Amino acid sequence: MSSNLYEGSIPPAIFHDNQVFSHTISVIVDNEAGVLARVVGLFSGRGYNIESLTVSEIDKNSQLSRINLVTSGTTQILEQIKAQLGRLVPVHNVIDLTSKGPSVSRELALVRVDVKDDLIDELFKISRIFTCKIVGLDKNSYVFEIIGKTARIDAFIELVSQIGSCEISRTGIVAISISRDS
Amino acid sequence: MTEDNLHSIEEELNGAQIVLKALQEQSVQVLFGYPGGAVLPIYDQIFKQNYVKHILVRHEQGAVHAAEGYARSTGKVGVVLVTSGPGATNAVTGLTDALMDSVPLVCLTGQVPTHLIGNDAFQEADTVGITRPCTKHNYLVKDVNDLSRVLHEAFYVARSGRPGPVVVDLPKDVVMDKGAYTTAPRGINRQRHKTYNPVTIPDRKKIDVAVDLFLEAKKPLFYTGGGVINSGPKASKTLTKLVDETGFPITSTLMGLGSYPSSSENWLGMVGMHGTYEANMAMHDCDLMINIGARFDDRVTGNLKLFSPNSKKIHIDIDASSINKNVIVDLPILGDASVALDDILDSWFKKSKLKNRSNLDSWWKKISKWKSKDCLKFSQVDQVIKPQFAIKRLYELTKDMETFITTEVGQHQMWAAQFYRFDKPNRWMTSGGLGTMGYGLPAALGVQLGNPGGLVIDIAGEASILMNIQELSTIVQYRLPVKLFIVNNQYMGMVRQWQELLHGGRYSESYTDSLPDFVKLAEAYGMKGMRVEKAENVDEAIVEMISTKGPVILDVVVDQKENCFPMIPSGAGHNQMLLGPEDKSQQPVSEEGMVLV
Ligand SMILES: Cc1ncc(C[n+]2csc(CCOP(=O)(O)OP(=O)(O)O)c2C)c(N)n1
Repeated sequence: MSSNLYEGSIPPAIFHDNQVFSHTISVIVDNEAGVLARVVGLFSGRGYNIESLTVSEIDKNSQLSRINLVTSGTTQILEQIKAQLGRLVPVHNVIDLTSKGPSVSRELALVRVDVKDDLIDELFKISRIFTCKIVGLDKNSYVFEIIGKTARIDAFIELVSQIGSCEISRTGIVAISISRDS
Repeated sequence: MTEDNLHSIEEELNGAQIVLKALQEQSVQVLFGYPGGAVLPIYDQIFKQNYVKHILVRHEQGAVHAAEGYARSTGKVGVVLVTSGPGATNAVTGLTDALMDSVPLVCLTGQVPTHLIGNDAFQEADTVGITRPCTKHNYLVKDVNDLSRVLHEAFYVARSGRPGPVVVDLPKDVVMDKGAYTTAPRGINRQRHKTYNPVTIPDRKKIDVAVDLFLEAKKPLFYTGGGVINSGPKASKTLTKLVDETGFPITSTLMGLGSYPSSSENWLGMVGMHGTYEANMAMHDCDLMINIGARFDDRVTGNLKLFSPNSKKIHIDIDASSINKNVIVDLPILGDASVALDDILDSWFKKSKLKNRSNLDSWWKKISKWKSKDCLKFSQVDQVIKPQFAIKRLYELTKDMETFITTEVGQHQMWAAQFYRFDKPNRWMTSGGLGTMGYGLPAALGVQLGNPGGLVIDIAGEASILMNIQELSTIVQYRLPVKLFIVNNQYMGMVRQWQELLHGGRYSESYTDSLPDFVKLAEAYGMKGMRVEKAENVDEAIVEMISTKGPVILDVVVDQKENCFPMIPSGAGHNQMLLGPEDKSQQPVSEEGMVLV
């Protein structure tokens, strides 16, 4: 049997695996009207998940935007998602940060905790451990700013929500690969 | 070189002039449209010129299907012009149809002036929003200075890569404003677009691997689709040569009919739900499946769990998202079918000299055993016309002419695919992916405009044809000698068949009462109407139809209860085909199958 059958492509065995993975994908697009609707419509129309989504212009002169999204699916679905994104006309580039090697991702959250006096010390202890800033305060409520990986923010919210009632506002993930070539 | 200096700026024109100039530059000769307030300036400009011929349809859906028929039979981009609001929404079914069947179209839609967009103005609809999921791409032009660039780009996008429909939404102020016209980038298909550049040249290493697999295969099969036809007539020629050189059997999808001559020995007939027994059994049993430009559609694969379990699969496609979507393949090859076929043929010539190929005798023996089942047999016994007989006779009596066939959707469509046989590409226009009743009549008029000397026949069902019957008026106005061959069973036959097989014969709402008298209907529109009710008169009726100079409706009154076989029931595999009515009691459709469409 020919040995190099699968060179440059994913072997079928991997496609047949039903395990679900979460991937962070960056899409570089022309910053034109409706481009976000195109991307989001693709996900809703084809029944894919979006777990997180951030969009912003990254280059004023050439009018490029970067869409970072976290999605999950089997390898077959993830490859399908990338292929579908890739054929949208205003898409320059689709980068699968999860499969392309080392990358960093960050998220920012603002968390307001409404807390009773006797639990304030406990709240501050947790916020020190997580090194988050207080960026706003009112009588018995504190707004914390926390930056980090999604899991770290989840952990912080989990802990402080046991202390007082919380209102949460999160940005969703921004991500970038570490080296230029990957 | 930047994008900008590829274009050369010419003169100042108003938007409507720019539209017509761009159409002319794109060599658009025929435009299918319907006027309205938002596009009046464009219609005014149409009035003032002679290059582009405008065809006034009677409904915007008809315009889009006509453009599809034109595009599919000529290989050119079909062009449509409709007004804002209801004009645009009426076009949506046609656009979706073109998207599903990869038909290159540019559809210009009128829009309310930019300052009114979002105000619920008269005849305003969010056209780019509505058509985003049913087009390959769409544009809203907000500045007249972008207009010519966008129009040229729309044509480029429509015809490049996997073709598809493109909408350009034109606010009324933009078509009235003055602005600069820029010519299309030179070498229109060769230039690099800033983002959209589909891969056309396949990876040569993979081609060589594919040919190694060809040589090793003991039970190979070509499975080809509409992609071969979309790739141009050369692809079909190369495919024919490749099949002859390799001696492999070949089957095609509904969309692929005609890319390989059906009169050849290696042809197994169509694959899929109503494909032939031999084609489906070969799909199931092959050890090498070579998919060129087909997309493993559910009508073709049947139950995916049972689909061709022991084959290595090669898939050549220009659209990466079609590969590994439904069926996981062993060797994906991204590229244009024509280029890939050339490369394969080249590699085959080199490699087959050096290496022994497998003997295919026992494979062909197996295939001829399947063929001997004669799965398309039917019996025309008394004078009640069998629909298969009618279509078979139509084929026999027209096969030596320059015939183009369109269809509506239903049993007659499947019988047409089974009994009308094609030896050339671009001769068969049917709504495959969307299955749009009402496609065939307007498509036929588009085909006729693209092929003035051709014999264009819509093989229709009486229910489907009523969905765009108003286009008879268009046919008469432009003196198009289209023939409408109505296979009239008074039932929505395909629905009735499913109700018989799956719903205990409860024929809920599938009988059409109060059908029009199609002969009088034809006459009311100013064309010839004929009816045939007896088998012995079928031939003379067909001969009279085709020898009539103008358009004709031939109402063929057929057996009301005939079913379309062979059939892979929903949820079944290729090797579980029902060959005829006597088969059906043996295999009740599974619960899983009942859910499927
Ligand atoms: C626009 C549209 N509506 C409904 C259907 C569902 N449908 C598929 S086949 C069919 C019956 C078609 O009847 P007819 O045109 O008489 O053809 P026959 O099956 O009798 O040959 C229907 C209703 C469809 N395909 N398209």
